[in-house]
Amino acid sequence: MSTTTLIPNTVSVPEQPWNPPSRGRVAMYCLIVGESAIFIIFVVAYIYYIGRSLYGPTPKQVLEVPIFNSICLLSSSLTIWFAERSLERNKIKLFGAWWALTLTLGAIFLVGTGIEWHKLIYEKGLTISTNLFGTTFYSLVGLHATHVIFGLIGLSVVLAFALAGKIREEHSERIQVLSLYWHFVDAVWVVVFTVVYILGR
Amino acid sequence: MADRTFPIEGTLDLTPPRAREHTWLETVHEWVTTVDHKKLGILYVVYALFFLLVGGAEALAIRVQLARPDNTFLSPEVYNRFFTMHGTTMVFLVGMPMIFGFANYLVPLMIGARDMAFPRLNAFSFWMTAFGGLMLYYSFLGGSGLYGVGNAPDVGWFAYAPLTARAFSPGNATDYWALALIVSGIGTIGTAINIVATTLAMRCRGMTLLRMPLFVWLNLAVSGLTLVTITPLTAAQIMLLIDRYLGGHFFDTQAGGSAVIWIHFFWIFGHPEVYVLVLPAFAIANEVIPVFSRKAIFGYPAMVAASVGIVFISMGVWAHHMFTIGMTSVSNAFFTLSTMLIAIPTGIKIFNWLATMWGGKIRFATPMLFATAFVFQFLIAGLTGIMLSVAPFDWQLHNSYFVIAHFHYVLVGAILFAIFSGLYYWFPKATGRMLNETLGKWNFWLFVIGFHLTFDTMHFVGLLGMPRSIYTYEPDRGWNHLNMIVSIGAFIQGISILIFAANLVWSLYRGKVAGNDPWDAWTLEWAAASPPPVYNFPIDPAVQSRRPLWDLKHPEDPDWKYE
Repeated sequence: MSTTTLIPNTVSVPEQPWNPPSRGRVAMYCLIVGESAIFIIFVVAYIYYIGRSLYGPTPKQVLEVPIFNSICLLSSSLTIWFAERSLERNKIKLFGAWWALTLTLGAIFLVGTGIEWHKLIYEKGLTISTNLFGTTFYSLVGLHATHVIFGLIGLSVVLAFALAGKIREEHSERIQVLSLYWHFVDAVWVVVFTVVYILGR
Repeated sequence: MADRTFPIEGTLDLTPPRAREHTWLETVHEWVTTVDHKKLGILYVVYALFFLLVGGAEALAIRVQLARPDNTFLSPEVYNRFFTMHGTTMVFLVGMPMIFGFANYLVPLMIGARDMAFPRLNAFSFWMTAFGGLMLYYSFLGGSGLYGVGNAPDVGWFAYAPLTARAFSPGNATDYWALALIVSGIGTIGTAINIVATTLAMRCRGMTLLRMPLFVWLNLAVSGLTLVTITPLTAAQIMLLIDRYLGGHFFDTQAGGSAVIWIHFFWIFGHPEVYVLVLPAFAIANEVIPVFSRKAIFGYPAMVAASVGIVFISMGVWAHHMFTIGMTSVSNAFFTLSTMLIAIPTGIKIFNWLATMWGGKIRFATPMLFATAFVFQFLIAGLTGIMLSVAPFDWQLHNSYFVIAHFHYVLVGAILFAIFSGLYYWFPKATGRMLNETLGKWNFWLFVIGFHLTFDTMHFVGLLGMPRSIYTYEPDRGWNHLNMIVSIGAFIQGISILIFAANLVWSLYRGKVAGNDPWDAWTLEWAAASPPPVYNFPIDPAVQSRRPLWDLKHPEDPDWKYE
C-alpha cells in the first residue's frame, strides 16, 4: 500500500448535478464583506465624533448637500445594470453605450467631489488637520472617493476592451462580478451621504 | 447513489518524475515565482518558523532581564522594544502565516482540488505578508530614519493612544509598525478571500459542505472571521497614520478626539484575532485526534455548529479587555455574559474530542502527544478565561501577569502545541519523509515541562501582584524565586524548539521514507503522492462520505451507508 496511489473515484455514478458557486462571485462578496467592515469603523468614528469638535468650522457652516453628485452616482448603478442585461442578451453595442454612460456618471461624481473639496479647502478653510470634523469628514469621504477611483479604473479597463471589440457574451459572468463592486460603492455612498450630510449637519 | 467505490490502480504512472538537478539559482527562481499552493504553504510555514525563532529569542531576552530583581541585562528602552516586537511578531509573523501555511497546503488537497481558486492572488498575498514582516524588522535599522542608532516600535503590541501620537512617539518606529501591519493585513485579507472561494467553489464531485473534513470547515470559518477582523485593524491603522502624518485628530484628546475609541477599535480586531488563531488549532486537533484514536470524529455536526457559533459570538466580546477603563455597568454585564457564552461552544468541542478518544485504540505517536496536551492545556486556558471574564475579578488582575499567563496558555499551550502536532502529522505528506520519533518525544516532553514551569508559575506571580510590561522589580516583593522558575522554564522551551529545528533538518534528508499514507488516515490528502505532484491528483477525485479513504480501504463497510 505504500507506493500505490489510490484516488477515490466513483464509477457508475449516474451524472448528478454538481454546480459549486462561481469563484469570482464568492471572492467579490468576500471582498465586499471585508470592505464593509472598514467602512463601518470609519462611519462609527464619524458618528461618534459628530459635534465633538472643540473649535470650528462646523458642518452646518461649510457643508452643502451634493444632490446632483449623488443623483449621478446612484443612477450609475442603474445604467450598469442595463449594461449587464444588454451583454446577457448579446447586444454588444448597447452594452458599450450603457457602460460608457456609467463611467461618465462615476467620473462626474468624482469631479464633483474634487470641486467640493477645493471649495472647502481654499474658500472655507477646512482641511484634514483643521479640527476633528475635518479629520473625520475627509477620511470618510476620501475613503469612499478612493473606492470610486478603483471602480473607475476597473470600468475603464472594461471600456477599453469593449472599444477594441474584445467583449463577448461569454464574459457576462466576469462583467457582473465587477458590477457587484460598483453597486457596493454606490450603496456605501447612501450610508456616507446619510451620515455626513443629513445626520452630521 | 452508487453502490460501490473502488480505486483505479495502474491506469496512470503516478510515480513523480525524478527531479532534474537544479542549479542553485534555478531553485531560488522557482520558489520566488511559484504560484503552487503547496510551495506557498511551505513558504508560509518556513517564514513563520523563522520568526518563531526570532520572537522566541526576544522572549528569552525578556526572561533573562526578569529572572532576577534589579537586573540590568536590558535597558528600559530596549525592554519596551522587545516586548512590543515579541507580541507583534508572534501574532502577525508567526501565528497568522503558520495557520495560512497549513490552510494553503491542505485545503485544496482535502477537497480534491488542483490548486487554490486564485493561485496568483495567493502568491501576491504571501509576498505582501513577507514584506510586511521585513518592514517591521527593518525598523531596528531605520526606526529613527537611519541616523544614529535605530529603534524598534516600543508602544506595546496594542499601541494604545495617545502614546502613539507624534509628541510621545517621535521618530519613525511607530510608523513602521502601522505600515507593516497594513501591508501584511492586505496579504491576510487576500488569503482569506482565496480560502473562502476555494472551499466554496473548488470542491470535487460529491464533496458537499457536510462532507468536508472539519479542518476545511474550520478554515472556512476562520477565513470568514478574518475578513471582518483584520479590516477594522487596517481602518484603525489608517486613522493612526492620518493622525501622525496629516495632523488629524482621531485620537487627539486636545482637539476633542478620544483615546478610548482606539482601544475599542483595536480590540474589535484583537479579540476575534484570538479565535482566528485558535480555530485553526482546533482544525488540526480535529484531524489528528480521530486518526490516532482510530475512530471517526464524535459529533461532526455539533463541531461545525460550535465553530460557526464561536465565530459569531467572538465578534461581540471585545470590551472584556476594557473593564478597567470605566465602562457603564450595563456594558460590563453585557461583555461578561457574552464572554461566558463562548465557553458553551468551546466546551462542546472539548467534550467531542474526549468522546472521540473514549474507547478508541489510541496510538501515542508524537502528533497525538501534542494533540492530547493541547486538549488538556486549552481546557485550563479556557477556565482562566472564564475567571477573567468576570468584571470584578478582572479589576483585580487586569494588566497583571495572571492575564499574561492566561493568554500564553492559549497561544502557546493550545495553539503552538496544535501547530507542532500538525507539523509532525503532515511533514511526511509535504516532504515524503517522517520526522524522527525519538527527537519528537524529546521535543514534546521538554516542551511540556518547560511550558508548565513557565506559565503555571506565571499565574502565581500575577496573583501576587506583579504587573505586566515592567522592566524590573525590587527584591522585597516576594516574586524573586517564582520569576527565576519562569525564566528557567522559558529556556527549557527554547532547547525544545532547537531540538525541533534539528529534527526538521535531519529528517528532511535522513528521515524514514513515509509513503503516501503513513498514519493510515482517511482524508483525501493522503490519497495523493508524498510529496504531491504539482497537479495533486492525476484524476479528479469524487467522494461519497466524510472519510473517502476509509470507504476505499473498507469496501465491505463504507461510511456512506451510515450518513
